[in-house]
Amino acid sequence: MTQSYEGGFASPSHDAARAFRSLMNAMAKPGRPFDMSGATGPMPMSDAAAATVLTLCDPETPLALMGAWNCEDVRNWVTFHTGAPLVDAAKAMFVLGDWATMLPLDQFNNGDPQYPDRSATLIIECTQFTHAAHELSGPGIQTTQTFDVPDLFAFQSNAAQFPLGLDFVFCTTSQVAAVPRSTQLQEI
Amino acid sequence: MNDYNFGYLDEQTKRMIRRAILKGLAIPGYQVPFASREMPMPYGWGTGGVQVSAATLIPEDTFKVIDQGADDTTNAISIRKFFEKTSGIDVTETTSQATVIQTRHRIPETPLTEDQILVYQVPIPEPLRFLEPSEVETRKMHALEEYGLMHVKLYEDISRHGAIATSYAYPVKIEGRYIMDPSPIPKFDNPKMEMAAIQLFGAGREQRIYALPPYTQVVSLDFEDYPFEASKADHACNICGAENTYLDEVIIDDAGGRIFVCSDTDFCANNQTAGEGKPQ
Amino acid sequence: MYVAVKGGEKAIDNAHQWLDEKRRGDVSIKELTLEQIREQLPLAVNRVMAEGSLFDPDLAALAIKQSSGDLIEAIFLIRAYRTTLARFGMTQPIKTENMACIRRISATFKDAPGGQILGPTFDYTHRLLDFQLAADGERGNLEPADTPVAEQMPHITDYLKKEGIIQSEPVTGTQPKDLTREPLELPAARALRLQALTRGDEGFILGMAYSTQRGYGRNHPFVGELRVGQVEVEMDIPELGFAIEIGEIEVTECETVNQFTGSKTEPPQFTRGYGLTFGHNERKAISMALVDRALRWDELGEDNEGVPAQDQEFVLYHSDNIQATGFLEHIKLPHYVDFQSELELIRKLRTEALAKVDTLPEDAS
Repeated sequence: MTQSYEGGFASPSHDAARAFRSLMNAMAKPGRPFDMSGATGPMPMSDAAAATVLTLCDPETPLALMGAWNCEDVRNWVTFHTGAPLVDAAKAMFVLGDWATMLPLDQFNNGDPQYPDRSATLIIECTQFTHAAHELSGPGIQTTQTFDVPDLFAFQSNAAQFPLGLDFVFCTTSQVAAVPRSTQLQEI
Repeated sequence: MNDYNFGYLDEQTKRMIRRAILKGLAIPGYQVPFASREMPMPYGWGTGGVQVSAATLIPEDTFKVIDQGADDTTNAISIRKFFEKTSGIDVTETTSQATVIQTRHRIPETPLTEDQILVYQVPIPEPLRFLEPSEVETRKMHALEEYGLMHVKLYEDISRHGAIATSYAYPVKIEGRYIMDPSPIPKFDNPKMEMAAIQLFGAGREQRIYALPPYTQVVSLDFEDYPFEASKADHACNICGAENTYLDEVIIDDAGGRIFVCSDTDFCANNQTAGEGKPQ
Repeated sequence: MYVAVKGGEKAIDNAHQWLDEKRRGDVSIKELTLEQIREQLPLAVNRVMAEGSLFDPDLAALAIKQSSGDLIEAIFLIRAYRTTLARFGMTQPIKTENMACIRRISATFKDAPGGQILGPTFDYTHRLLDFQLAADGERGNLEPADTPVAEQMPHITDYLKKEGIIQSEPVTGTQPKDLTREPLELPAARALRLQALTRGDEGFILGMAYSTQRGYGRNHPFVGELRVGQVEVEMDIPELGFAIEIGEIEVTECETVNQFTGSKTEPPQFTRGYGLTFGHNERKAISMALVDRALRWDELGEDNEGVPAQDQEFVLYHSDNIQATGFLEHIKLPHYVDFQSELELIRKLRTEALAKVDTLPEDAS
């Protein structure tokens, strides 16, 4: 079992900086994909999710692995590379899984009125991004931006809680896109 | 090569700052607490901006630092040198060539693009601080969206002076929710804050980070009958002739003679070479 | 034509060079060594270690030398260095009951097991300049002092505790937050407040403590015990499965016994304040204990008198001299953009105000 030791950033300082730039651009420009690479995690983690976890997680960030992501390979890899404590959904600052594993969303911390930043960030694996069904608007979007979310109502409900709410980072193999709580969504 | 980690800070500290930046972007105008580190420069001299820049810069970036709009002010030089030494990144004085710009007290005159990031140094991030000194109280006010105190203050200004007597660090409301301190930029710069670039705000001593995604709605507080006005000295730049830039007033002789020059030195220099200027 | 001032980079380089020369002073006088500073200015070294939150006498000596004796600047150098250090682990809490005391006094009991040990103190010196130090510097003709070191001295407050007459401090066993790794959140627990006080500015803590003595939050303190000496520092080594001693440090500890309180559920009892600093620093340790006690009003069910020393937000946000001096001194930086905006505003307001006066009817002026 050497797999858990492999797949980290080759040049941690530089790679994490570049990965963060993509994450920051994604969070600041909701619904727009940005390239994300530099890390390789064990199945079923995508490379983009692996890089996201390496960039944001460490011993100070409780992480919940959901569904198939809560497997020995991923647990070992995450523990070795980040030291993030693995916790239940309710205690997580970061959550990793696909959409089906995330439900219901009210199991996650959606923040405190005095500290809305303490809500969870959900890292959601998906096969590809599509831009046909939903239209986003709000901070970071000049007019509108198309981006399809897995469940429009769930995202609208999340946005309605602003300034509380969850923030979502979607990962394909090599890209990230984000939908923060500040984003308004509607059907096209 | 140098002995410092890229961006000076250790990786764990950068991660902590990066997490705060992401939450700041997700909740525009809300001040995210972060465990500010002791930097090798004094609190109050840009440690918040420096930590945000350090956590944001990538090796491919071109970095610009301005203080009072100028690249050649001593503290701007000092911060630029710090990053050259600890990150080995390219630096520039040209606004359009910079990918990350750290600033104190100004927004460049040249409109920024989606490919740029503006990092502000913030002394007191809490817009309500001078009305209510207690952090416990102001945090509650933000949570309850209870901003009556601010409106009372502005209204008292009007009844006493006939105008809102705030000329810099003029409070803004973000997307109709949080009241935010824009840092001590002159109110002339407030309208520029609805911009294409990402804006990040770092307050080191006060341990707060906040952020604005591109095109975020930023409204300067005012009243219908006393609308906000982005004022500046009623002059043109004596060097480049620009009529719509923020100006520094310079005393040039013992008799109190004075001229007005662009505070944004890069803009002024470009405006001169562009031949559009009308030097006097 | 007006040309904007340039050359800031050169000016900065020159300023640093000049500063180096000023620090060195007259080169015909022998340069100060770090050993001299460490051995002969130990109280300055102690203060820098305490407020720098780093126990390293050699580095503190270097910082004092580098800062030309400006102790706040030296503390700043230590803090900035400390931030970059990797953390290998946490030590166990030091056991001050095992301290090898060079000084141990109590103001509450004339005598107690272990006795009073005066130790090296300025307390009863007559503050007369000693011109002999100026003349030849050395006092080699004197007999060496007795230097008793008392190990395993019981804490004086333990006797009061045995009698059940002083409030007990339960051991919570919870890991306190680290002020240097997490943003301060209010209200702050006592452990966090003590962290802030021990690294807080000595002058500020002294002033706050003094204000309680003068009536702004008076809490009638007695120095139950003040002790100075070496303590062992132990650390758990996971590979070994037990703790080993990794070194010794000198600390000063002060426990105050304060006026009693009582409540419906508890009979009247004495209460405590606590101070602990790196090195020998009695003024700081006693001040800290007084301010600690003042900040405990809420947990002890006392009235909030609205005085500064009871206001934890006021004390914790203003006690750090590195934060304070940075922000204070930053007003030296250029502010001409903001000043310009104020100039324009005041000119406008004055013009409007004067115009109003001019247009007033005669009989109204």
